Amino acid sequence: MTALVLAEHDGAKLSAATNAIVTAAAKLGGPVHVLVCGPQAVADQAAKIAGVEKVLVAADAAVANQLAENVAPLVAGLMGAYDAFLAPATTTGKNVAPRVAALLDVMQLSEVIGVEGPKTFTRPIYAGNAIATVESSDPKLVLTVRATAFDKAGEGGSAAVEAVGGAADAGLSSFVGLEASKSERPELTSAGTVVSGGRALKDADTFAQVIAPLADKLGAAIGASRAAVDAGYIGNDHQVGQTGKIVAPSLYVAVGISGAIQHLAGMKDSKVIVAINKDPDAPIFQVADVGLVGDLFTVVPELVAKL
Amino acid sequence: MKILVPVKRVIDYNLKPRVKADGTGVDLANVKMSMNPFDEIAVEEALRLKEKGAATEVVAVSIGPAKAQETLRTALAMGADRAILVETDAEVEPLAVAKILQAIVAEEAPGMVVMGKQAIDDDSNQTGQMLAALLGWGQGTFASKVDVTGDSVAVTREVDAGLETVSLKLPAIVTTDLRLNEPRYASLPNIMKAKSKPLAVKKPEDLGVDIAPRLKVLKVSEPPVRKAGVMVGSVDELVAKLKEMGAVA
Ligand SMILES: Cc1cc2nc3c(=O)[nH]c(=O)nc-3n(C[C@H](O)[C@H](O)[C@H](O)COP(=O)(O)OP(=O)(O)OC[C@H]3O[C@@H](n4cnc5c(N)ncnc54)[C@H](O)[C@@H]3O)c2cc1C
Ligand SMILES: Nc1ncnc2c1ncn2[C@@H]1O[C@H](COP(=O)(O)O)[C@@H](O)[C@H]1O
Repeated sequence: MTALVLAEHDGAKLSAATNAIVTAAAKLGGPVHVLVCGPQAVADQAAKIAGVEKVLVAADAAVANQLAENVAPLVAGLMGAYDAFLAPATTTGKNVAPRVAALLDVMQLSEVIGVEGPKTFTRPIYAGNAIATVESSDPKLVLTVRATAFDKAGEGGSAAVEAVGGAADAGLSSFVGLEASKSERPELTSAGTVVSGGRALKDADTFAQVIAPLADKLGAAIGASRAAVDAGYIGNDHQVGQTGKIVAPSLYVAVGISGAIQHLAGMKDSKVIVAINKDPDAPIFQVADVGLVGDLFTVVPELVAKL
Repeated sequence: MKILVPVKRVIDYNLKPRVKADGTGVDLANVKMSMNPFDEIAVEEALRLKEKGAATEVVAVSIGPAKAQETLRTALAMGADRAILVETDAEVEPLAVAKILQAIVAEEAPGMVVMGKQAIDDDSNQTGQMLAALLGWGQGTFASKVDVTGDSVAVTREVDAGLETVSLKLPAIVTTDLRLNEPRYASLPNIMKAKSKPLAVKKPEDLGVDIAPRLKVLKVSEPPVRKAGVMVGSVDELVAKLKEMGAVA
């Protein structure tokens, strides 16, 4: 079974999520190819991932911004030679893969966290409150894969890079712009430590004043609950949860977050969870390895000073 | 322009789902069911487009059991003009839902389909993208802003890197993210009025759609439970504990 993996990148740099999807693809037992919709420089990075046999690069302008309307037909056209298509369960992968699945008339398996057999996979449902083991009966597989559930394939490969042409503009959509949030901090989904703040942080300034020093001290990425994002304390790309980003760092510090099931869905696979909350009955304490009941406005500065 | 809004009846988001002891699924007997939260946002957005004059009619559609009529009545009470139930007791997978919606689109000829990005039961996040593929339409997924002008729609999307804006030719599919709007509550008079709004009932067979599942659920199990943690009484204890666990240097 030959698998095609969609590379995740920002136009210049390959995302480490790609390496995790390669690991999942390799578990299917056959050769692994990677498709880069983007520049040659990204394809060259993908070629170095251990275990990748071939990299396909589509450098056409029509797919440079990963528009699903243009990427999906390209992928569907390539799938004659493949048995499985795997995309990372990122906003890009989630946008493209179902469109590919429909073009191939197959059901997609979303957010796969385990490969149990050539056609059998595990995936969380109901905000991670249940894990389904699912077998596909379709002739081809289309999966989105949760990067945090698989080890990242290492470097050291030297795959052949081959250009694929013909990616056309379907004339349905155009890219207008990206308002990217800039940060010097580690990227949220791959960071080793994450400090997240919730509604208790009051406003954007307070959020930054309280959370940033702790994140700096720990070399951490910053996450947030939905309530904190909705209230404008921080950008949408920081939301952790069922419908935000999924993180599984070595250390997750939840500050002033109650622990709604939708939030837990995004962080409960973290290795060590620390919760700071003034309410001893907050549900976050049920998943925390270490809990401290207290007022975050005194606890966090003290913690920063003592770490 | 007519807007079609697919709404799904799901377990209420406030409830913690319980896995059935026999591992066949999640226990939904006597559990409160509600409209999928993202679909409430979709209904709200369609209503706002109508109120702004960008749309003329809002049609809600649900695929599910007879009880899904309640979900459709909620949409009608919010302000949708009429509703369609495609009734089946079977579990319908996203691909089959998309095919049913494709058939409804063929009948209704909407200028836009506004739907949720994700159903909070299956967490698939597929149906809108699949419907867009089947129709050959553009897709604005995970929308936090929707701007209709003439024959196109600008959609601001919540993506991992921040906020992306795309422009789509109409007709198009939009799937909603959490921050698109704050759905309204239905007022009592509107709930009363909704009872007499038209609600048509069809069957998947009437639409010629094969809903046979492609996936077989072999087992549904509880996620691994985390070991009980410890509570500490002070910041000093917290720091000591984290050092002991090797979580900080
Ligand atoms: C469809 C849907 C999807 C959702 N997706 C997500 C998601 O992806 N991610 C997500 O996070 N949420 C999500 N939610 C929202 C979720 O249900 C909760 O509403 C949200 O997580 C609550 O955020 P919070 O914990 O910051 O706020 P709250 O629940 O209000 O909790 C604030 C906490 O701060 C504590 N506190 C207050 N003051 C202090 C203080 N001075 N010191 C210490 N502690 C203090 C309080 O005790 C409380 O526990 C979703 C909801 C829906 C309906
Ligand atoms: N049975 C259904 N009836 C109506 N709409 C549905 C149904 N299933 C999915 N949808 C729509 O598709 C969206 C995404 O669902 P999903 O792909 O299952 O996560 C939902 O938010 C609904 O708008």
